Amino acid sequence: MKSLAELQAIRDKARAAVNIRENAEAETRVLVGMATCGIAAGARPVLNAFVEEVNKRGLRDTMVTQTGCIGICQYEPVVEIITPGKEKVTYVKMTAEKAVRVVNDHLVNGNVVTEYTIGANAIGAK
Amino acid sequence: MRELSLNVMDIAQNSISAGASLITVTVEEDEDLDELSISIGDNGRGMTPEQVEHVTDPFFTTRTTRSVGLGVPLFKMEAEMTGGRFSIESTVGVGTTTTAVFKPSSVDMIPLGDINGTISMLVMMNPDLDFLYTRGYRPRGEERREFALDTRELRTVLGEDVPLNLPDVTQWVNDYLSENTSELLTKDTQEGARDI
Repeated sequence: MKSLAELQAIRDKARAAVNIRENAEAETRVLVGMATCGIAAGARPVLNAFVEEVNKRGLRDTMVTQTGCIGICQYEPVVEIITPGKEKVTYVKMTAEKAVRVVNDHLVNGNVVTEYTIGANAIGAK
Repeated sequence: MRELSLNVMDIAQNSISAGASLITVTVEEDEDLDELSISIGDNGRGMTPEQVEHVTDPFFTTRTTRSVGLGVPLFKMEAEMTGGRFSIESTVGVGTTTTAVFKPSSVDMIPLGDINGTISMLVMMNPDLDFLYTRGYRPRGEERREFALDTRELRTVLGEDVPLNLPDVTQWVNDYLSENTSELLTKDTQEGARDI
């Protein structure tokens, strides 16, 4: 069973570690739409996948956060990635699997996964 | 919604928007009564009686971005579909409590789903807010039992400088929730076995 003692150990470990997070500005923001529409379309596993993958890869300059409805409910789950100095990228109809690829290709290597973007998925685009 | 736990996440967002600092989520299951009750309470800014009256109307919202608000009406409909009931109590300056009671035996019952995922995500995404999650369960013919996760308690252990959304803490919360949930839901046969 998980105990508060284990939590204490986590605290001590966190305090001992030099916390780079404080100084590093969160540069890239990953916004997952979590309004009623997003949640109903399956945004929770998408957000979880982003958080997990970003932590796994130790991307300290990336902040995963939630946002409301951005008005394109038919494309939910929608994820926006905002990097200062670059054009905002909007990914649509996301899944946890797609999220992992976006972290690896886009956030780590800087290559936008074009096939998941709204441009490639808009009605009439194909 | 495919899972009731998603409604919990949705309604809790209303509490967050209402400026709450403490959000209470209670899931209470009673097999003898055939009831599953889900309650989300907060200490946010609350609503006027007039707003409470309109809150279950899908075409009422205080937002200015668009004119529909579906979260609360959906939750109400899902409860009433099973033969259950729904209520909202709210006082301006005190807070709001939303309660939906479901009849799990109904064919229209939506599964509770990954409630632990919802709680974990709420804690992780809102490290400055406090959450009190209580899950109660009364199996048929047995005593009621419960467990709780109180982030205020975690905060006293972690201190001010270690945030609740540290990945290690999130993992601890996930494990705590899943271990306690499976213990809670296991039919209590062990003690009887020991007596023999």
